[in-house]
Amino acid sequence: MNDSPDPSIRPAGQPSTSDAPGGRRGFLRGTATVALSSVLLPSRSAAPGGGHRPGQAAHETYSPVYFTPAEWAFVQAAVDRLIPDDGNGPGGVDAGVPVFLDRQMELPYGHGAYWYMQGPFHPDSPATLGYQMRLTPRELYRAGIAAADRACMAKHGKAFAQLDAATRDAMLALLEQGKTPEDGGVAAAFFALLLKNTREGYFADPMYGGNRGMAAWKMIGFPGARADFTDWIDQQGKPYPYGPVAIEGSAGGKA
Amino acid sequence: MSTDTRMKPVDAVIIGFGWTGSIMAKELTDAGLSVVVLERGPARDTSPDFAYPRIADELKHAIRGDLWHPLATETFTVRHKTGDTAVPYRQYGSFVLGTGTGGAGAHWNGQQWRASPNDLRIRSLYEERYGRKFIPAEMTIQDYGISFAELEPHFDHFEKVAGVAGTAGNLRGRIMAGGNPFEGARSSEYPNHPLPPILSSQLFADAARELGYRPFPVPAANSTAAYTNPYGVRMGPCNLCGYCEGFGCFLYSKASPQTTILPVLKGRANLDVRHNAHVTRILLDGSRKRATGVRYVDAAGRQVDQPASIVVVAAFQLNSVRLLLLSGIGTPYDPRTGKGTVGKNYAYQMVSTTSAFFGEDVAMNPFVGAGAAGQQAIDEFNADHFDHAGAGFVGGAIIFAGAMGGRPIAQMPLPPDAPKWGSGWKSAVRRHYAHSSSVATMGSVMAYRDRYLDLDPTYRDAYGQPLLRITFDWHPNEYRMTAFASARAGAIVRAMRPERVTQHILQPGDSYDVRYYQSSHTTGGAIIGTNPASSVLNRYSQCWDVPNVFVLGASSFPQNIGYNPTGLAAALAYFAAAKIRSDYLKSPGPLVAA
Repeated sequence: MNDSPDPSIRPAGQPSTSDAPGGRRGFLRGTATVALSSVLLPSRSAAPGGGHRPGQAAHETYSPVYFTPAEWAFVQAAVDRLIPDDGNGPGGVDAGVPVFLDRQMELPYGHGAYWYMQGPFHPDSPATLGYQMRLTPRELYRAGIAAADRACMAKHGKAFAQLDAATRDAMLALLEQGKTPEDGGVAAAFFALLLKNTREGYFADPMYGGNRGMAAWKMIGFPGARADFTDWIDQQGKPYPYGPVAIEGSAGGKA
Repeated sequence: MSTDTRMKPVDAVIIGFGWTGSIMAKELTDAGLSVVVLERGPARDTSPDFAYPRIADELKHAIRGDLWHPLATETFTVRHKTGDTAVPYRQYGSFVLGTGTGGAGAHWNGQQWRASPNDLRIRSLYEERYGRKFIPAEMTIQDYGISFAELEPHFDHFEKVAGVAGTAGNLRGRIMAGGNPFEGARSSEYPNHPLPPILSSQLFADAARELGYRPFPVPAANSTAAYTNPYGVRMGPCNLCGYCEGFGCFLYSKASPQTTILPVLKGRANLDVRHNAHVTRILLDGSRKRATGVRYVDAAGRQVDQPASIVVVAAFQLNSVRLLLLSGIGTPYDPRTGKGTVGKNYAYQMVSTTSAFFGEDVAMNPFVGAGAAGQQAIDEFNADHFDHAGAGFVGGAIIFAGAMGGRPIAQMPLPPDAPKWGSGWKSAVRRHYAHSSSVATMGSVMAYRDRYLDLDPTYRDAYGQPLLRITFDWHPNEYRMTAFASARAGAIVRAMRPERVTQHILQPGDSYDVRYYQSSHTTGGAIIGTNPASSVLNRYSQCWDVPNVFVLGASSFPQNIGYNPTGLAAALAYFAAAKIRSDYLKSPGPLVAA
């Protein structure tokens, strides 16, 4: 089943999928085309929230394909708190994590193609038996963002993206603990997925849209796709001297 | 059920093209048989599928799992005990499965162990040494009925095929410096010398030695030099690139079927390999004592019957058991009565982790690593290498150290009290990533009357067939085992003198948790034994009930061991192949009198 779409119409690094149920392949091929062309379009919506410097990061010229303007505002405002721009290294927003997340929603992963999605669903099963909701990743984002914004409106009279940083942190903590009212477990499941995907975008190869300039790799000293330590096998404990490289070949230099 | 196509009969059909299927394809075509291999996944080879730099992609391979079997089409259901509702294993977590050429052998870590001699006769051994009462009544462990000496030539051969790098510890009965003194007597050295230890494993080895243990290099199925195996296939030296588990090897150094066996099978007129061929059942004749072939769904969705005189089931452990159940071979195991055998003695492994932070002045370079090469282990607390009388449990664990790659999405070494997000998380990431290492214990898990596999009553695969249901949770024996091994791992790590030590150890009452990766070493369900009343297979991996069906892989382990299973699975496959070639082909029928 080496049936991944023609690479010429795939966004860089789109995972191939060999599990698409009948009919999905053509559909995914179509969305992949959309995803690629969309990054070339001018911004169609301002990106409110997040509190980062205007005009600095390329995410502000990225027009989301899956997320609505309100969802996009949420995603940026949440990523800005999950991985803030602080003295430790790049913030998640400047690193392009929201772009990564939007692209993932359009890939087979976002559509749930990697997960067994047949019912019946028993979401009240013990947590140790894993995710048991019927929502695909992109559906969980949509439902989770709506639930989070509802909770913010109820508590603070504003959408999440309109809250100051400290209040956003407090709301994220409530989502994480599943302590927002009447969400049927969606909030905690959504938070867990958002955090997982945010870390993925931060540390994945930059071709997926996050880890812009390999900044997250430079922060920790990970050499990325270098994948050759022949000269370092017997150099125990010496600091590794080379900066990261990306799969597409760019070199990051030392942090 | 009607089929669309009936193929020309062949001598043997092999289900699955991972390690054991490849071994059997080599052996049976060498013997002159006409062989068809049916592999449910795609064709894959080092080039182009594992080519650099695209293979060095953590997200695509080790996170999304693009080389793994897609769970969307077929998965398992899991519950902790009988009476519970099992729910699907919807996302990858505790274990991963292979698919495509090479199976999981294409993207394994390459830790290449033999079984310990006493693993093969565990019940007899414990009864002799500690008395019958030492083994809990509900613990259904069994002997293999095969001695280590019988398997040794096959372990040895597989190590040479796979170009394993290691240091002998017991050469023909003589204990050798620098190797594992607890291993069974080996007939020859490893074919490759180990790489020097990386810093994290050197610190471990030094500390272990200081405490009186005998550390040695983890046997690594990574060639460490230019190497030509007995089949004439060449491998290249490992460069510790850090991309083993979840990845194919772009360097032709990690052993996989495609880097060790398959090159010599290419073009064989008596071998026909069909990919994207999903076997749905083994076909039986009216007596149900003889298989007539298999039925599969091809890439175009057609149902195809492939008649064959011999059927070799060489799928992943869980899938092999499922195929027997779907095909009505043997008697399904019943946990209430303890009768029946197919699905019996499912087991897993229990792991623990001890993490150390060494301070920001120590460059641990965790990205310089491999699944096995450059690592060190001790074997003092595994199998029956120590006196269990006061320990109060059966089994044990290897304790090993070394970096597998330091890939930052999945291998970020943060202490448990580090914040999960925000600036605190970033500070912890920045502080710990390059300056930490960990030591793991990988422990055996015994078999129990109430831990088993059967067909799920509710959930189905993409072909409409019932999923396999796993009923599994830990028992007190294993909590005691992990506490014992982890205490010793912790002492070694403290002797490494880090700034801080943290441990993750399962505690009594912690249930089996599918969400977190533990090991892909699931075992049992179609076990080898000496008696058809208590095992599915005889010592030659031949079905007692249907003697022209052979089942390979870790499904045949009567209980799990504290080592990675590939070496034992491969040795059992070569052992079965040798008997098929020497005896079965001359006189097809049961190789052991029931």
